[in-house]
Amino acid sequence: MLEIKDLYAGIDGKEILKGLTLHVGAGEVHAIMGPNGSGKSTLANVLAGRPKYVPTSGSVTYEGKDLLALPAEERAREGVFLAMQYPVEIPGVNNIYFLKAALNAVRKHQGQEELDAMEFLQLAREKMKLVELDEAFMNRSVNEGFSGGEKKRNEIFQMAVLDPKLAILDETDSGLDIDALRIVAEGVNALRSEKHAVLVITHYQRLLKYLVPDFVHVLADGRIVKSGGKELAEELEQKGYEWIEEELVAAR
Amino acid sequence: MSTVLDDRFTLAPVHIDGEPERVRRIREQAAERFNVLGWPTTRSEDWKYTSLASLTSIDWKIDQRQPEGNDPASPFGDQPVAELMFVNGTLHANRSALANEHPGIRVMPIGEAMETESFTQHFSRYADYEKHAMTALNTAMWQDGAYIEIAPGTVVEGFIHLLYVGGGNAEHPIASHHRNLIVAGRGSQITVVESFFGKGTYFTNTVTEIVAGDGAVVDHYKFENESLDAFHIGTVQIHQERASNVTSRTIATGGGLVRNEINAALTGEGASLSMEGLFVLSGKQHVDNHTVIDHVAPHCDSVELFKGILDENARGIFDGRIIVEPDAVKTNSRQTNKNLLLSETAVIDSKPSLEIHNDDVKCNHGSTIGQLDEEALFYLRARGIGAEEARNLLVYAFASEIVERMKVDAVRENAGRALFSRMPKRLPERRSESR
Ligand SMILES: Nc1ncnc2c1ncn2[C@@H]1O[C@H](COP(=O)(O)OP(=O)(O)O)[C@@H](O)[C@H]1O
Ligand SMILES: [Mg+2]
Repeated sequence: MLEIKDLYAGIDGKEILKGLTLHVGAGEVHAIMGPNGSGKSTLANVLAGRPKYVPTSGSVTYEGKDLLALPAEERAREGVFLAMQYPVEIPGVNNIYFLKAALNAVRKHQGQEELDAMEFLQLAREKMKLVELDEAFMNRSVNEGFSGGEKKRNEIFQMAVLDPKLAILDETDSGLDIDALRIVAEGVNALRSEKHAVLVITHYQRLLKYLVPDFVHVLADGRIVKSGGKELAEELEQKGYEWIEEELVAAR
Repeated sequence: MSTVLDDRFTLAPVHIDGEPERVRRIREQAAERFNVLGWPTTRSEDWKYTSLASLTSIDWKIDQRQPEGNDPASPFGDQPVAELMFVNGTLHANRSALANEHPGIRVMPIGEAMETESFTQHFSRYADYEKHAMTALNTAMWQDGAYIEIAPGTVVEGFIHLLYVGGGNAEHPIASHHRNLIVAGRGSQITVVESFFGKGTYFTNTVTEIVAGDGAVVDHYKFENESLDAFHIGTVQIHQERASNVTSRTIATGGGLVRNEINAALTGEGASLSMEGLFVLSGKQHVDNHTVIDHVAPHCDSVELFKGILDENARGIFDGRIIVEPDAVKTNSRQTNKNLLLSETAVIDSKPSLEIHNDDVKCNHGSTIGQLDEEALFYLRARGIGAEEARNLLVYAFASEIVERMKVDAVRENAGRALFSRMPKRLPERRSESR
């Protein structure tokens, strides 16, 4: 589904991803772990098409298409979803209006019929229950005045409604209490199927107890330096990231 | 047709049939003042951002024909309680509906109200032609306008609509001077909507005096949606008595050269005022918002919020002054101007100011100028919303703070539609795109 080959990318001329290669197949859940500043968010944002994050070489193929050639909205319509590390507040843009517009843009692109207000509300209500978001949130402005946890749940709610083929979660677990963590994991688990792939970016192993990955990768200094099964996450939890860096240094 | 100004730059006042002696005198004094003051120039502090050179170089005519036909249509259909339509400064009787069947409401052409007690008491008492040349011009030259009087204790559900249609061209540049008086009696409640639009080159010079009696609740809306070749100079002069509550909203989307003066005097204890404005400009539009809020009496509140959205080569001005007089203790006042610049060539001048003459007040003011939030833009796009739609959503969101507060459904919906249709269509210059 997603094929990242030798990807280099940076922000403001500063190189951050330095030859990253990763293969994600349909139906798989991959966890990407790594120390702060290793480039996890950069990877997520390059995949989502955030303008500041500029790929300089390498390729990303998504379902056979050159993903990097598409503007952000086209990627979303093709089924790529990024749950952001820091969801932005957008005063004056109504949550439900925004999400309906987004869903219908996606559906239209995929040749599906657009949902009318009633159909959309029904779907939204169902997904709200899943992430235990109060309906009152829907009539507020996007993320405005939401607590940190509410913002993260709103990301998962949007994901549930948009039903992306490739979901990328950028530290959605950070700052969440255990209940919220469980809700987020349930939201993602509900999406799991042979057709969906998930890239879970996390700093801690906590979330992976509820959301068991098929593969775990360690990102350090802009590259995947180690890959393994779910045991790798536990090892990282116990030993921290230093040993990987030491291993890297030793290998040079 | 008659010329506004003759060659010697002296103004001869207009007179209308049945004009009482007092009105004649006021007109003559106003004309004299205009001849002394002359057209405003950028040398005066109050006009430093706006040159009227392009206006004063045109030989404006007054159109005294009676409008006929059925065009144009009101945007509100039959929703207003009463509606007066003026075409090039003259009442279009066929297209106007008075509110005769409503007890306590008098809506009529101002020429027919000149003998009433209330007219005699209030007319030209608040809009100051001694100091303000354009008010002097209006006071000398008005031919028509609306008179609205709400009896004490009368609560008007719905709204009264005053609609002004202008039209002209280079050969027949027409000037219209409208003059309105709105008197809301003690404890009454009323919403008045004024809308301006038209085609081609013309000049609207309008003055509306509003008197809010003790405890009266008055909502006033001004939709300035003139043609892009039109000149519009308007003054809304608000006089507030004890415990009155006035909301003034000025929505400017049209006009080539526009000056919106909104002035309020809070003269009775406990009066409160909310003064809001929104200007959405593109092309070469020039819109100068000039406001004065004068706190005369103690314990009054005022909240002022003006928001500007400027694209292309538009120029917007917010020049707002709040005066707190020596006796106006316990004044609460807040003044805010926020602007969104959508192009690198749009210009905004923001000049909020406070002039406080006693210590016992709570006042603050501030202004901001910003661009569209790139983070928000990306967030919307990352969910599948196209770049242009995302941009429009954010621009609209900026405006919605003002629109959403409009209490009358029909007015709010109309404002929303008008804004959406005026939304700048161009994408930002610095559009950053993924490769
Ligand atoms: N806007 C920015 N401008 C310049 N450098 C940045 C910016 N954002 C992040 N960086 C730098 O890029 C590197 C990678 O950041 P990031 O991808 O956010 O890491 P992670 O998500 O793994 O913590 C860090 O060194 C960080 O300081
Ligand atoms: Mg990060």
